Amino acid sequence: MDSPPSVSLFAWRPLAGILYRQVVLYRRSLPRWMEIFYWPLLDLLVWGFLTLYLKKIPSFLPSAVVSLLGALLLWDMLYRAQQGISVMFLEEIWSRNLIHLLVAPVTPYHIVLGAILSSFGKVLLSSTVAATLAYFLFSFKIFSLGVNLLFFVGALLAMGWSLGIMTTAVILRFGQEAEVLAWGVIFLFQPFSAVFNPVGVLPPLAAAISRIVPASYVFEGMRSLLTAGTLPVHDLLMAYLLDGVYLAGAIFLYSRVIARARRKGFHLKLGS
Amino acid sequence: MAESFQEVLVTEGVSKCYLPGHPYAVKEVNLSLGRGEILSVVGPNGAGKSTLIQMMLGLLIPDSGRVRIFGHDVARDRRRMAHRINYASTDLSLPYSLTVRENLLTYALIYNMKKARERVESLLSFLDLESFADRKVGALSTGQVARMGIAKALVNDPEILFLDEPTATLDPEISGQLRHLLGSMVRERGMALLYTSHNMREVERFSDRIILMRRGEIAAEGTASTLMERFRTGDLEELFLLLAGEREVEVGG
Repeated sequence: MDSPPSVSLFAWRPLAGILYRQVVLYRRSLPRWMEIFYWPLLDLLVWGFLTLYLKKIPSFLPSAVVSLLGALLLWDMLYRAQQGISVMFLEEIWSRNLIHLLVAPVTPYHIVLGAILSSFGKVLLSSTVAATLAYFLFSFKIFSLGVNLLFFVGALLAMGWSLGIMTTAVILRFGQEAEVLAWGVIFLFQPFSAVFNPVGVLPPLAAAISRIVPASYVFEGMRSLLTAGTLPVHDLLMAYLLDGVYLAGAIFLYSRVIARARRKGFHLKLGS
Repeated sequence: MAESFQEVLVTEGVSKCYLPGHPYAVKEVNLSLGRGEILSVVGPNGAGKSTLIQMMLGLLIPDSGRVRIFGHDVARDRRRMAHRINYASTDLSLPYSLTVRENLLTYALIYNMKKARERVESLLSFLDLESFADRKVGALSTGQVARMGIAKALVNDPEILFLDEPTATLDPEISGQLRHLLGSMVRERGMALLYTSHNMREVERFSDRIILMRRGEIAAEGTASTLMERFRTGDLEELFLLLAGEREVEVGG
């Protein structure tokens, strides 16, 4: 029997379908827009006011104070990248739509790629607004990091997406009982990411753990750039190397869980 | 089982057991579905109908045996045939915040349909969904959600359509219209339809062939009239109750 061509892994329409749905969801939903802008705005105000206060204390280095806002903006990108993947997957479960997608001529990787692209859009929107507000409200210029900012952001997004894929795999395996991970998993990494403090101030065990967290190198690099004006290339390379390991691990875990789900059927009970 | 040119789906000794030591959900099922055929799979709850369909769709991998669709082993090669089949079930829905039209467009794109918008508009008209096409799914009645699910299942003009209790939430008039539409698609386009239902009158009237399942196995197979004759029952309802009960049924009639 002659078959029409199957849907290629790189076909644009299936991805457009997944993205179209996200665009429509956001086009008319005020709460979703609030989710993108509300928390970053509140965080920015809290930390921005703190920096205003700290700047008035003579013993504080102005550059160290400023780096708090840079750290906040970058942390939000990491957080949103992870959440973008996990929450989109959860929404498929909540709306009893996951099986429709799994029956469709797309692979689970199309679904993840769609989530990555969608989360990238949200991060871009949210970060642009937050960075603009940081400039106008607190005179903080994230773009003073120059082109290095792109490298920092790239490394953080890769880590966020890796964690998002891992979280998705765990939710797929253990069901909605594990959905709290979608919101909480990133905070497990926060103490070891050296977001607001240098790795040097961490206790030895925490410092050792931070060495295997890509974000710690990014935040160290950002501080070094803001305070000393130099970019530790080694740190950036380490961040990307670890990101590669995280991403490979996430894809491996996701593949294994999908394969096991098809044998055991636990994904068929999700959302029911 | 040999696959003739008319057979689009064949299961060969398909079995599935979820937990070692527990009874099989599906055991040694051999069946085929031909182009332009309506095959009903019926049986009491827990008979294995859903597991069987899930293996046909590639959602589950059989422990033994295999499912072939258009000659492809579904467990290994799902992507080669997934664009030629589709599925609707009353257990599923579509994103609540999107309208019917938006959901259908989403799936027309996901199924890689060219002229996706035109396809959606023709489906809305064909299934008479235009009156609620711009309503969000969350605001629809159960029956409307079921009709939207069937529209989604037809979005890629499938050659094989799997419907899991498609009319369970529909009123008799809409059910009748839907059966008529599906019947015409089967006769005119040669679509193969496999569906499950607990409505035995519907099964009796609508199906070309019926498979009765019980405890994961095929208990009987045939047309409505041959089955009633074989089991000496007045209608399929009686036969269904016979199956659902504890009385032993002679497998194969």
